[in-house]
Amino acid sequence: MEQAVTALSWALLLGGAFFLLTGSLGMVRLPDVFTRMHAAGMTDTMGAGMILVGLAVYNGADLVTVRLLLILAFLWFTSPIATHAVAKAALSGGLRPYTLGGVSAAADGGGGARGDGADGAEGGVPS
Amino acid sequence: MNRAVWLWGILFALWVVLSWHFTGLLLGFGVATCTVAVWVAMRMETLDGESVPVHLILRAFAYVPWLVWEIFKSNVRVARLILAPRLRVDPSIVHFFASQRTDLGRFIYANSITLTPGTVTTGIVGDDFEVHAIVQSEIDGSEENDMNRRVTWLEGKVAP
Repeated sequence: MEQAVTALSWALLLGGAFFLLTGSLGMVRLPDVFTRMHAAGMTDTMGAGMILVGLAVYNGADLVTVRLLLILAFLWFTSPIATHAVAKAALSGGLRPYTLGGVSAAADGGGGARGDGADGAEGGVPS
Repeated sequence: MNRAVWLWGILFALWVVLSWHFTGLLLGFGVATCTVAVWVAMRMETLDGESVPVHLILRAFAYVPWLVWEIFKSNVRVARLILAPRLRVDPSIVHFFASQRTDLGRFIYANSITLTPGTVTTGIVGDDFEVHAIVQSEIDGSEENDMNRRVTWLEGKVAP
């Protein structure tokens, strides 16, 4: 029984680490601020979520587990609002979302080339 | 008044869980803090179905597990997208129709859309949601219709 609980918590922690790592990779690979938000949302939801639930499972049923789940609840209530604020600020600041049709060089570029091109566009817009 | 009691109870339960010291002094601080917070909320006239949505608690127990499953599925989808050797993003702004009647219902729907990776709500005008999708071809509307329907159910029949 104890081994099963430990295995489950390890699986959850590793899963959370996987989503955190993939989300971070997405921050580098994706072309503009809007697509990167989706990667950031991944670290907020499944990354932090699976790690907190994994810690709660590892800890067992007591007060610390309740507090861990409270952290998760507050995180899941607030992070979409922050994401929405970033998106809205970027849009009203005049930043146009990257689209396949809009950037012609993107058609032949790999991930790195796209990222560089979009970074340049991002830097140019704010004024 | 009923909502004031609810808010006080929830705040005090939070105080107890975070403190877990049962001395007279700390419990007294908790009682005083919660009372001041509820009094300020009453003076600001923000004690309504929007700030203390206790009428949603029962239905939320059915909605939240479904939402967590949706979040998991879309996380896997976006993870595959990011890890694919060739980046197949096709982002676009799409529009969804929201059938909720209250601001609170729309707020829950908008946050649910944002919580599922791959879609982020960027603007709301009335019942029209402006959503940024990372792969527009994956948005056929059926999943969003499902979520929309469930949030409208969560909202309940009464329009306060």
